[in-house]
Parts: sequence; structure tokens; C-alpha cells
Amino acid sequence: METLIAFWNILKKDIKNYYLKPPNISWGIIFPLSWTLMQLIRSPGDVGIVELLPGLMAMSILFGTTSMLAVTITFEKRSKSFDRLLLAPISISILVSAKILGAILFGIVNAFVPVIFAAFLVDLRGVSWGIALVAVVLIAITSALLGLLVAVSVREVFEAQTLSNFFRFPMLFLCGLFIPIDKLPAILKPISFCLPLTYGADMLNSAIIHSSSFNILLSFAIMLLFIIVLFYLCKRNIEKKWIL
Amino acid sequence: MEIVKVTNLKKAYGNLQAVKGISFSIKQGEIFGLLGPNGAGKTSTINMLIGLSRPSGGNIMIDGMDAIKDIKKVQRIIGVIPDENNLYGEMSGFDNLCFCASLYGIGKKERERRAMELLKQFGLTDAAKRPFRTYSKGMKRRLTIAAGLIHDPKILFLDEPTTGIDVESTRQIRDLILSLKKQGRTILMTTHYIEEAERICDRIAFIVNGEIVKVGTVAELMESVEKEYKIKLQLGSNIKELKGVREELERNFLNCKIEVLEQNSCIIVSKGPIPLSPILQMLDSQGISVFEAKAIKPSLEDVFVRITGIDVSKLEKEKVS
Repeated sequence: METLIAFWNILKKDIKNYYLKPPNISWGIIFPLSWTLMQLIRSPGDVGIVELLPGLMAMSILFGTTSMLAVTITFEKRSKSFDRLLLAPISISILVSAKILGAILFGIVNAFVPVIFAAFLVDLRGVSWGIALVAVVLIAITSALLGLLVAVSVREVFEAQTLSNFFRFPMLFLCGLFIPIDKLPAILKPISFCLPLTYGADMLNSAIIHSSSFNILLSFAIMLLFIIVLFYLCKRNIEKKWIL
Repeated sequence: MEIVKVTNLKKAYGNLQAVKGISFSIKQGEIFGLLGPNGAGKTSTINMLIGLSRPSGGNIMIDGMDAIKDIKKVQRIIGVIPDENNLYGEMSGFDNLCFCASLYGIGKKERERRAMELLKQFGLTDAAKRPFRTYSKGMKRRLTIAAGLIHDPKILFLDEPTTGIDVESTRQIRDLILSLKKQGRTILMTTHYIEEAERICDRIAFIVNGEIVKVGTVAELMESVEKEYKIKLQLGSNIKELKGVREELERNFLNCKIEVLEQNSCIIVSKGPIPLSPILQMLDSQGISVFEAKAIKPSLEDVFVRITGIDVSKLEKEKVS
């Protein structure tokens, strides 16, 4: 019960202090909207809104989640308020879970912003919402953990942003959302298979446009594996780098 | 009863030995001070005790628990007040305290009650709803101390509690630390203010270059250095102009040495008690009237300088910086 109180209050504090701030709310709406418009303007005749949705949802989660977590944790670490959390009688696993849950929820909400806009324009009855939701949650978790990994590796907020972009953009272009994996140069394909977003995006494709490169259960299992490995790495790095 | 026992504690950062095998213990209910200049190893020591840093060697026992293996259990009974005010700027004083209480699993009603109680105790009730970032330095310090007490810890770790705040807030915080001791709490504090350590601490450890060079009560530390008796005399004449007076004084009172300070004052220094009456008579016979005779007791600062060999002006500079 005591752990649950601590967990809930860390989450509540993060949501109130960071995720519900007006700039972040506007980021969550404007960013997916501008991507949608950009795609439609670029190729109005060729691309349907439904075809764009998996990419827009994945991008919204990836950018929103990684940015927020990397920046907020680096900020807390700089101001030493994060030490308060490390000094609390709760395990590092609980602390990591509480910190990433806020970012995960933020990512999930971001993911559904383009869906809400799309719902006004096209018929989305063909979408497998169950699979889409699972994919969104899995992408949000892996992205949040990647954001945390970045936060543990840097000291300054600007470094967090730079390092985040270092893996976000390549991941976005190699995950199969914009260029199908089978059309990627042979040298890049192995990299694509090592990215969690590849499997998350494939699940989204499967749910929304009913086209996928992998078996959905395989993608699900690989995403779970990524989550376990990333969680372990985050926990280990926090213990190693922040408890000197 | 010893509530904290540190044995052969070491900390190395690469090739740098920040803490070199220190040992000390703290009795229940006492205020124990770690006194030393910046970079002496005070914060490194505290960080190892509270679980923010892993020792390279040695043992830490806190209230019968191994603080290296069971740090999460230990963290339940300790309160930490860091050298920086690390609460959340956007949150109000009240919300900050409630949040800190929640980290220890304290329920909503109880944490609100405790927060209000502490805000009252620390004279911050009027500022309870204001964001922390709008507080003055002294108020921020007080709220940071209150946050360290919100879960009613048995042992408090205070890192440089009065650094960088004004005189009035410093006085308030020192009184507050003494009142916490009266409540029965054990306190470990680091400081580089000698007079603060002398005034507040029951026992003091001098820490220099990662080593504890001396531990004891203020009285014990005073006794540990060779005793000197000093009497300052305020004279009616310029002693420098009266040739032979100084030599005669030193000839007649063999254990005494005369240090001329200014034109009309001097200090008599002796290894033993100074026979004041015959000295005054002798000076009177030489036509020198004495207006004032004042015993000068050695300060903790003198003891610190003698034991550590550190220039106290260096500590003074650190206070300013």
C-alpha cells in the first residue's frame, strides 16, 4: 500500500507538473496535426488518410514520449529534485515504472490525436482497435524507456534533445513506415530488424491497413522482449550512474 | 547507545580517494558535526550514509541495520536535508511537503496534517500556497528542512544547513536544529562554519583530505592541543617606548612571554596559570597603569588550525563563495 501511494503520487506529480502544462498539450495536438497536413499537402492524390495513420500515430508517440521523459528527468536531475526520489524507500524498479508511466500515457493520448482528426474525414470502422491499442501501448512503453535511457546518459537538457534525435530520426525512416522494409538497401535491413518501432509500426499497419511484414504474435513477443531488455538497462544505468 | 557506526569507510572516484577509510560513531540523540573545508570529503561521506553513493569499502550500520545492503529499510528512518534546496519550484510549499510525505507511503489525511503542522512550526503558514520558487532563500531553506522531517525520521542528515543564507535565517535554522535535538532526534551535519559547529554540535569530527583527523566534544578538542594561558592587558602607556619593561617582565616571570599588539596593549602568554597580581604590581612600579586585563580563551578555530594546519581564512573564503 505504501509503495502504491508513492507510485501514484510520483505519477500524479509528473502529470500535473509536466504533461498537463499548456505547451505540452499544444505540442500533443499541433505536432500530429501538422504532420498530417504536411503529408496530405505533399501527396493529396496518392495517399489516403487511413494509410497515413500508422505512421502519424507512431511518430506522435515516439516524439512526444522520448522528448518529455528525457527532458523532464534531465531537468529534475540537474535541479537535484530527482535525488528526493532516489532517497525514498521505494525500489528503483517502482521509481522507473512511475516515471515512465506518465510519459506512456502522454504518448498514448498523442497517438489518438490524429485518429480523432481522421475520424471526421474517413470511415475508420475497418480498423482493429484492440490490436491498434496494444501496438500504441507497446510503442509508448519502448519509446518512454528509450527516453529514460537518454536521460541517464546525459547531464544537460539540450544534450537530451540532441541524443534523442540521434536515434529517433533514423528509427523513423528505417522502421518500415515510410519505406517498406523489403525495399530498404540490404545493408540497412539488419538495422531495421533491431528497432522496436519496426515491430510496433508493423502491428499498427496490421491493425489499420491490414498489411504486415511479420506475424502479429511475433511482433508482440519481440516488443515485450525489447521492453524487458530496455527496462533492465534503464534500471542498471540508473543504479550505476546516479548512485555513484 | 550508538545509532550510527561507520567503520573504515572509503570512497574512490577513479584515482581520486575522496574518503580514506574513516571511522566514527554517533550516539542516539546527539548532534554530530563533520567540520572541514570544501573537498574534504564531507558530502561524499553523507552521500554514502544516505544511499546516494556506493562506498568503495568499509561498513555503515544505522540503527542496527546494514546501510549498504539494506539501504531502502534505512531510508525509512532517516531524513536528508541536502546542501541545495531541491524541492519543486512550480509546486506550493504545502504541495511539496505532501509530495515528500507520499514518497514514504503516508496517507492523504495524515500527510496534509503533518504538512500544515510543519509549515506552522517553521513559520511558513502564510506562504503555504505560494509556489516554492517565489520563496526567499531563508524560506526555501526552512521548507527544505521541513521536507526532511515530514516522515518523522529518527536520524537527520544535514549537509551545510546554513550555507548561503542571511544572518537572521541562519540564526533561526540553528535554533531549529537545537529544537530538533530536544525532540530526541539524532543529527549528523556537515559544515565549514567553525562557530556553527562549536555552538550546535555535541561532538565534532575534523575532516581533511578524506580523513578524520580528530573527533571529540568541543571541550575534548580544546584539551587535545597544548594548553596556553593568555591575558590581554590594556595599558596607559606605550609599552614599546618603555625600554626594558618587556625584558624585565620576561625575566621575572620565566614562563611568560609578552606579545606586543598595538601601542597600548599586549598579550601575556604562558604554559601555566599567569600570576596576574605580581605582574600588575611590577608594571605599576614602572609607571605603567593597566586599565583592563582580560583572559583570552583558545577558540575552536585555534584548535582546528593547530590540528589540521588549515588556514582559517580559506574556510572564510569558502563561506563567501
